[in-house]
Amino acid sequence: MTALLPDVAEVTSSDASLRRFLHGLPGVDQVGAEARAAELATRSIKTTAKEFAIDLAITMVDLTTLEGQDTPGKVRALSAKAMRPDPADPTCPAVAAVCIYPDMVGVAKQTLGESGVRVASVATAFPSGRAAREIKLADTRNAVAAGADEIDMVIDRGAFLSGRYLEVYEEILAVREACARPDGSEAHLKVIFETGELQTFDNIRRISWLAMMAGAHFIKTSTGKVQPAATMPGTLVMLEAVRDFRDVTGTMVGVKPAGGIRASKEAIRYLVMVNEIAGADWLDPAWFRFGASTLLNDLLMQRTKMKTGHYTGPDYFTLD
Amino acid sequence: MADDTVVGSAATSTTRAMFDYAPAPESRSVVDIASSYGLFIDGEFTDPVDGRSFKTISPASEEVLAEVSEASERDVDLAVRAARNAHTKVWSKMSGRERSKYLFRIARIIQERSRELAVLESLDNGKPIRESRDVDVPLVAAYFFYYAGWADKLQYAGFGPDPRPLGVAGQVIPWNFPLLMLAWKIAPALAAGNTVVLKPAETTPLTSLLFAEICQQADLPPGVVNIVTGAGETGRAVVAHPDVDKVAFTGSTDVGRSIAQTVAGTTKSVTLELGGKAANIVFDDAPVDQAVEGIVNGIFFNQGHVCCAGSRLLVQESVAQDVLDRLKRRMATLRLGDPLDKNTDIGAINSAEQLAKIRSLSDVGEAEGAGRWSPACDLPQHGFWFPPTIFTGVSQAHRIAREEIFGPVLSVITFRTPAEAVEKANNTPFGLSAGVWTDKGSRILWMADRLRAGVVWANTFNKFDPTSPFGGYKESGYGREGGRHGLEAYLAK
Amino acid sequence: MPSSGERIEVRKTYKLYIGGAFPRSESGRSYEVHDSKGRFLANAAQASRKDARDADVAARKAFGGWSAKTAYNRGQVVYRVAELLEGRRIQFVDEVQRGEGLSRRQAERVVDLSVDRLVWYAGWADKVAQVVGSANPVAGPYFNFSLPEPTGAVAMVAPEDSSLLGLVSVLAPAVVTGNTVVVVTSYSRPLPAITLSEVLATSDVPGGVVNMLTGSAAEIAPWLASHMDVNAIDLTGVEDAELARALEESAAQNLKRVRRPGPVDWAAEPGIDRLASFLETKTVWHPIGI
Repeated sequence: MTALLPDVAEVTSSDASLRRFLHGLPGVDQVGAEARAAELATRSIKTTAKEFAIDLAITMVDLTTLEGQDTPGKVRALSAKAMRPDPADPTCPAVAAVCIYPDMVGVAKQTLGESGVRVASVATAFPSGRAAREIKLADTRNAVAAGADEIDMVIDRGAFLSGRYLEVYEEILAVREACARPDGSEAHLKVIFETGELQTFDNIRRISWLAMMAGAHFIKTSTGKVQPAATMPGTLVMLEAVRDFRDVTGTMVGVKPAGGIRASKEAIRYLVMVNEIAGADWLDPAWFRFGASTLLNDLLMQRTKMKTGHYTGPDYFTLD
Repeated sequence: MADDTVVGSAATSTTRAMFDYAPAPESRSVVDIASSYGLFIDGEFTDPVDGRSFKTISPASEEVLAEVSEASERDVDLAVRAARNAHTKVWSKMSGRERSKYLFRIARIIQERSRELAVLESLDNGKPIRESRDVDVPLVAAYFFYYAGWADKLQYAGFGPDPRPLGVAGQVIPWNFPLLMLAWKIAPALAAGNTVVLKPAETTPLTSLLFAEICQQADLPPGVVNIVTGAGETGRAVVAHPDVDKVAFTGSTDVGRSIAQTVAGTTKSVTLELGGKAANIVFDDAPVDQAVEGIVNGIFFNQGHVCCAGSRLLVQESVAQDVLDRLKRRMATLRLGDPLDKNTDIGAINSAEQLAKIRSLSDVGEAEGAGRWSPACDLPQHGFWFPPTIFTGVSQAHRIAREEIFGPVLSVITFRTPAEAVEKANNTPFGLSAGVWTDKGSRILWMADRLRAGVVWANTFNKFDPTSPFGGYKESGYGREGGRHGLEAYLAK
Repeated sequence: MPSSGERIEVRKTYKLYIGGAFPRSESGRSYEVHDSKGRFLANAAQASRKDARDADVAARKAFGGWSAKTAYNRGQVVYRVAELLEGRRIQFVDEVQRGEGLSRRQAERVVDLSVDRLVWYAGWADKVAQVVGSANPVAGPYFNFSLPEPTGAVAMVAPEDSSLLGLVSVLAPAVVTGNTVVVVTSYSRPLPAITLSEVLATSDVPGGVVNMLTGSAAEIAPWLASHMDVNAIDLTGVEDAELARALEESAAQNLKRVRRPGPVDWAAEPGIDRLASFLETKTVWHPIGI
């Protein structure tokens, strides 16, 4: 598009200029955005397209457990499932990653080995983000050091909502730096907005640009701990943002809706939205993920139904 | 910024396949189309007096769907007599409460048979099933529900303490929203206590005839609704019939003009809902993604066969290129094809005649020097098709900026100031609708105040509702359909 | 010849009222006006098609400003006309009495009714939108409202017989709702219309909002009916059914709103019918969201 390429250094030189830039982004009409998402949800995905979509969706799952009651045993079981979601069917692809708390990274890494399934760790005082910066950075470094491939950080929603955009920006920069490994590589950074707390689509568009300018590899809707978590229209606005960001900077950023996506039908609707809003380039686990847990079994059930022609039940799939 | 390392799992190492939507056709089997249809007069399907008929085809395939009777002047007379008789003896004597229940009953049957109606509408008209299913048919039911509730409350409508019906209404409707226009006409007429003789368009008679069956199914008294199929001659006979008290027409401004001439000097009351050349005005502070959707919905909804279509895009110069780029990208995702496929966004042009008109005006646009653009788009071999098209560099003087094309063709014009936008928007003999896109509330109201149009959609477009009055200024006609206002056309002053 | 010592009356020259000025007819024609007993009263200007055209240009020019005034302001302006009419009561009573052949008391009653009618309509200016407008409960997240707006430039053939009350009764509702008008006055009884023009010229009604053409409806009205820049036509004063039909047919050319002729009891309570005659309904939609 022909929107002007932001000079990031200038835009982020002060709170005032960052505010000017973010508030200069085109507004989002809530009703229109919701209507567009609802319209895309009426697409009818059948037969071969559905098979394609279900397998693609499986490869995009960040299989998640983020509970106080998580144990190494639970994480090992989850990791096993991540590598072979359907033990009965070797053609079933693995998921993209497991998503866990930092103290579970070592266990997951050990289980997943060289399977290709990545370890994503939440960090930065997930889910509230209410901690001192040093603690958030230490949290991040700890997860990276334990072997995390990806870091899912939360933004400081309080700072964002009170207009301290530069603080949010600088924190993302700092966390990105903390993602660096001694060998010069870095863990990929997903930035969680907690859209349920930001509430407006204008805010979602602004935080998307802020996070992308700060170097986020992925932008992610939610922690899963706040309702509403991922929504179609909220994700639509983020998909528009990554699309527009690539248009003006050439840089692609991934999108991850997380929380509340439980059925295959919903996942397919998201993929339709990715396809028609951001474009087919994003139909890849490198650029789109689902943060989910129960979704995977529903995808597996649908997959089995497509392959065998009959419906199946939850007893035939593992509960890990 | 992010580096370009692929962070996907092993499963993605295969080449990425395109997400091709497989065909998702709606089943035709829900519809039972007879090989031929009579006229619906006095509660029965009857053969036309002189036995003439015509074929109605599917514009998507040119397949003949059915043989439909052509009503002559004598048939129209029989229908008007039946309507008069039903009005005098039954419908005007019935309490509003009872009339109301008939209308509620019809509304419910429409809901129950919605799939059937939607499929038949898409077959006969060529519009995508997504629209007939999600827009047309639900609105049809909603209009009947809405006016059903008015039938026993007319004394509260603000038209006097004892409002009376006019008598027999002669109604002529177009082919773009066959069933919805029927609902806009019949629901308020019956609620107010009139009986009707309705003529559907010659290219789209089938859902009107199915509606006739629904009237039978609802046990509506014979003669309250009469459906006479035919072309222009039949319509003229309905309008000119001396025992018709009220004429309601939706269609072209030219036909509207001739109807207004026909009824001159009579006591017939008239409402006309005619053509348009709506401006869809996009300011530099518009919510741009929703504006692009609004532009697309404004001109490509129903193949642009919409009297209130936003056929002139007025875009502020400072954002014109950005809006156009976004619009083109969006247009490239529009799916044109089989109207019965649930993923089709753009269906067939309704008739060969209409297609010829769209082609010829588009050629004029090109000849006049406007830049023509359509996304890459395979048109089916059979049937009538036209790709979504935009013309850039259009000035107010171009014919494509002035004449109603009634097809998926958008003229893009730029402006610099709000005053210029208003001036250009109003610079047309039409005045049906307008759109305004801006995030500034006071500007919306300023614009809404100055646009000479009967419907102003601000930060939205092409929305319809039974409670919302619809109708034009200037040569877009007179009278309002919908809402409390819509009752006025069917009540005696 | 007046006898010596008797003062010679200064006779008034009756002219048209267009755009706030009093021009002669561009045609240079005039016609004799007689009282109800056939006695000569005055020469009135006989408007031509070009006068009709000029009057419409004036009406169109005035429309933007007049329709944009607040309803409260239009009500005040029309009320002021009523005040001025009251001030000229004796003159109007004279003209109505002689022109319509009424008794003094009957003429007084007609003038009183005319003043009262103006007051009544003046009060409607800022109420009609609340009576005919609405907020519409659409089934979706939209605020939707309908408001009346004036139709535009309205041509009117004023009643032939009721030269003041009838005139005021057709004029006031159209004007108070924000339209501008071109009136073809009563041919045989034009004097109250001319005097009303003088009232209007000294009132706060902007020039061009009301334009008065004395002359023959049969001659002038067809030009107004076929004029593409006239939005509506009120045929109330057209007594010839064939002329009314022809005018309506001609008006169809640009889909003018047509008010057909019909018998009217001018003394009766008018209702809001005429107010609504030259109003369009505009419906505005806007999403409701955050």
